[in-house]
Amino acid sequence: MSRGVAYYILGRFLQSVMVLWIIVTLLFLLFRLAPSNPLASYIDTTFTKQQEAALLARFGLDKPLGEQYIIYLVNLLKLDLGDTFSYSGKTVLDILGADLPNTIYLTLTSLLLAYAVGVLGGIVMAALRGSWIERLGTTFTLMTRAAPQFWVGMLLLTFFAFQWKLLPSSGIGPPMVRYRWETEWDKLMSPVFWRHMILPTFTLALYLHGLPLLLMRSNMLEVLDQDYVTMSRLAGYSEWRVMMQTAARNAMLPVLTALTLGIGYSIGGNVVIEHVFSWPGLGRTLVRAVQQADYPLAQGAFFLIAVIIVFMNFIADIMYSLLDPRVGASAQAQVS
Amino acid sequence: MQQEASVRAEAPSKAAIQFRQGSAIRQLWETNLEVFQRDRMALFGLFIFAVFAIVAIFAPQIAPNNPLTPLKNNEGDWIKDAMPYWLAEPGEDEAEGYSNTFLLGTTNIGRDIYSQLIHGSRSALLVGFSAAAAVAVIGTVVGLLAGYYGGWVDAVLMRAADVAFGIPFIPFIIVISAFMDPSIWNVVVAMAVLLWRDTGRVIRSQVLVIKEQAFVSAARVSGASDLRIIFVYIAPSILPLSFLYGSFAIAWAILTEASVSFLGFSDPETISWGFMLQDAFNSLALSREAFYWIVPPGLCIMLTVMAGFFIGRGYEEVLFPRLRRM
Repeated sequence: MSRGVAYYILGRFLQSVMVLWIIVTLLFLLFRLAPSNPLASYIDTTFTKQQEAALLARFGLDKPLGEQYIIYLVNLLKLDLGDTFSYSGKTVLDILGADLPNTIYLTLTSLLLAYAVGVLGGIVMAALRGSWIERLGTTFTLMTRAAPQFWVGMLLLTFFAFQWKLLPSSGIGPPMVRYRWETEWDKLMSPVFWRHMILPTFTLALYLHGLPLLLMRSNMLEVLDQDYVTMSRLAGYSEWRVMMQTAARNAMLPVLTALTLGIGYSIGGNVVIEHVFSWPGLGRTLVRAVQQADYPLAQGAFFLIAVIIVFMNFIADIMYSLLDPRVGASAQAQVS
Repeated sequence: MQQEASVRAEAPSKAAIQFRQGSAIRQLWETNLEVFQRDRMALFGLFIFAVFAIVAIFAPQIAPNNPLTPLKNNEGDWIKDAMPYWLAEPGEDEAEGYSNTFLLGTTNIGRDIYSQLIHGSRSALLVGFSAAAAVAVIGTVVGLLAGYYGGWVDAVLMRAADVAFGIPFIPFIIVISAFMDPSIWNVVVAMAVLLWRDTGRVIRSQVLVIKEQAFVSAARVSGASDLRIIFVYIAPSILPLSFLYGSFAIAWAILTEASVSFLGFSDPETISWGFMLQDAFNSLALSREAFYWIVPPGLCIMLTVMAGFFIGRGYEEVLFPRLRRM
């Protein structure tokens, strides 16, 4: 790794930290300067003035705004996200720590499935360009991207869970089974967990497969025009080999970047699917936290999702510049 | 979350926009005309929007009932969960819960589903078009200013875009709606605040190319002010690109509005397709297999979103001729 690259990475890293700091500051201002007191839902009308003041003091809300901001930043650095309002005796970190793995399992499985299907599908579509199969396939893919994810989820639920009773309709497993999972490993080894994951994974993957497919298809068409592809055709390689080895390999790069960015944005975008399938992940917790006016939890969940997105954007940038030095840093615009 | 536009028009540097000669307005008009003449799917998209727009405008006249009022029959009983008559087997009638009056049946509290569907087109188009306009205008202005002035203006605007790229979109709307009164406009505000980022970046890179063209230097030499150069000379060339992103933004806004309503963060007094699906979901229409309730709103969302996609792709074909044969 050359010196220039190292500087580039360092620069990008510092920039990501700056971005995160601005987001955190905006988040702080949003929650503190909101018209309603963050404790409004918490404070009963029967509270006396002293009780109210004591409560404000407990959450540090009696201090001047500047001091609150410093405390908030220091706590974030210590990964102290505070206590929740709605789950008694639990910290925000407890709740989010339990949610995060579930969101990651769902997101990664769906993304891998979607990108495997998407990349292969894109190659096939490029090879069949102009045919009715290609037209049909592309239209179907566009439809999956236009259909609301929650609606697709609802239809699948109606068929598979309610009409045919083949698959569970919500959650990650019945309480009796969950009780026996002591570690994440137990959960991952449990067939019950995977059975619960089928419908949400399929719904999410159906939506996600469109981007890699369309991207791969247009990259393939571009690559197939290049001289080296013509050369390998002239050299007498089979069409299969030209497609898979020469063209597909070169067309993969933007798709890999899209995948990296996709991890971040899917974790933030899973909200709707987690809601439909009552999947106990970050997104569902965020929705509940806002509904129950549990501000520390909402703030924490939002913060965690933003950290993941900024981090994945950083990784995608680095990956792109390492793999293809010609390309600038505008790769992000592709999947946001 | 993915923006459609990026799938193909990912890099104007790869396939630079075709410049046109002639007056600004004429250029724009010709490009728009070409999009809909060349691309039948784009025209079809326009047709879909036109149909839904007519339905939205005349919603109160078309819809047989008030979408929010629970309805009673002649005996004074609530008409709950009525199934549409065309689903009835021969021999089944109102006694089995089928209704002749309601095309798509009624909800669990006796609201007319067909009337809700008609009224839902209003929120969808209102949110879709106003959010798209906001995104396109803000993105275009940011791109123009950043690209033309460069220096610190560019630095500040592009760092702001970086921040916007770091904020998760749907969670942002959810958090915003915690502080604002439930309203369909929350989605529009959130989109305007965040989603100018793609449009802004792409237009900026295009402006960087255009400002080196001879006609821009000529304008500068003849004493045109910066603002005049930006808005009179450069803007017309990049406006089709704004339309492209705007079309995809319509689709995106309709989908987002539906998701947010489905999650229950919209105004319960405003009927939207997402709200209808939330209503169906929460009142266990799924376990009753009430397809007449679940399917139509989703189809309407899908149709309008696809209309946005089709028009956006039409613009891509004209703006990036290299993609045409694809």
